[in-house]
Amino acid sequence: MTNKIRVATTSLAGCFGCHMSFLDIDERMLQLAEAVEFDRSPITDIERCTNCDIGLIEGGVCNSENVHVLREFRKNCKTLVAVGACAINGGLPAMRNFIPLEECLAEAYLDGIGVENPQIPSDPELPLLLDKVRPIHEIVKIDYFLPGCPPSADVFWKFLTDLLEGREPSLPYELVHYD
Amino acid sequence: MSKTFTLDGKPIPFEDGQTIMEAATAAGVYIPHLCHHPEFTPHGSCKLCNVNVNGRTCSACTFPATEGQDVLSETTEINQDRQKITQMLFIEGNHLCPGCEKSGNCQLQAVAYHLNMLDNHFPHFYPKREMDASHPDVMIDHNRCIFCSLCVRASQQADGKNVFAISGRGINKHLIVNSESGQLKDSDINAGDRAAHICPTGAILIKRTGYTVPIGERIYDHKQIDQVSLETEHESHD
Repeated sequence: MTNKIRVATTSLAGCFGCHMSFLDIDERMLQLAEAVEFDRSPITDIERCTNCDIGLIEGGVCNSENVHVLREFRKNCKTLVAVGACAINGGLPAMRNFIPLEECLAEAYLDGIGVENPQIPSDPELPLLLDKVRPIHEIVKIDYFLPGCPPSADVFWKFLTDLLEGREPSLPYELVHYD
Repeated sequence: MSKTFTLDGKPIPFEDGQTIMEAATAAGVYIPHLCHHPEFTPHGSCKLCNVNVNGRTCSACTFPATEGQDVLSETTEINQDRQKITQMLFIEGNHLCPGCEKSGNCQLQAVAYHLNMLDNHFPHFYPKREMDASHPDVMIDHNRCIFCSLCVRASQQADGKNVFAISGRGINKHLIVNSESGQLKDSDINAGDRAAHICPTGAILIKRTGYTVPIGERIYDHKQIDQVSLETEHESHD
């Protein structure tokens, strides 16, 4: 056992771009690895998160599984962080909110160009889509927000070093963008 | 110019008939705003220029400056109110900046950056308003309209036309186009009109001009809106 800060990360209705931007801290990741231990994350093999200090959530909430994962993170993470435009306001995936779900599914699986054996997937293994894509703060309480599509590597670095060094995280003008 | 009021403790000279906003801008002090434009009649809809005048909240763009007023603008409380107002504007429309061609050049976004707004706080409305792409050169994404009415005022006061109006009540209010079909293509608007360029958000756009400025060179990439606003508003007076 170590005294390292435990960090979990996940992508809900995300594109993994925020995780890629996180990895863009490059060799600073080695410095981070000295202070931080990763729990559940796409970059580890851990399936369920347990007792973490920080949870980083990328992506909005688009299906039932996203809701379960988000609640698991909220239950286990002391500090939960909405990372990127999708987690904060639904992001570009929320553009489907203006088209009825039936029409979206029909376009993709029934009427779309090149569709063979048209049918809407209905296996119970598959999570059902929600009628709308939602930002994560509409499902659980969120402690911090890192805007950007994606937030730059320096945003991750500034935020995590602020937290690790016991400062209230803050982002200067140059690091705040929504695009 | 012997008359003054104080703004955050600093004396601001003014002439009779000037609003607090006009006097502050002339003195080089920025007060956040979206619906105010120095060339057009004040509107008072965005409420971002709210200031505290002798203990009461007023809109700086409509409130006349008078001798000895004690005006507060850059306080934590007032800026928190401004941030909440900006968040309301964001959740009321579909401000999905990553896919908007006004991003980096948008006053709504720049005010939000200036106020260090990191999230939208409120539940989203996700309104579904139809786009008007009927005109060959100008288009409207109604989901980004903040009802500042600058296009309405610019069309009437600068272009000598009457292309736009705000219609409807409450949350159903919306921008309408003065043509028999209600479509932009049947209106008097031209791509060169003031009204086609004055929108502070990405609601009214000129077609085929998106994404031409590299990231890093857009208006608000490195300069905050206070600096840009004072520069451009002084230019327009010179």
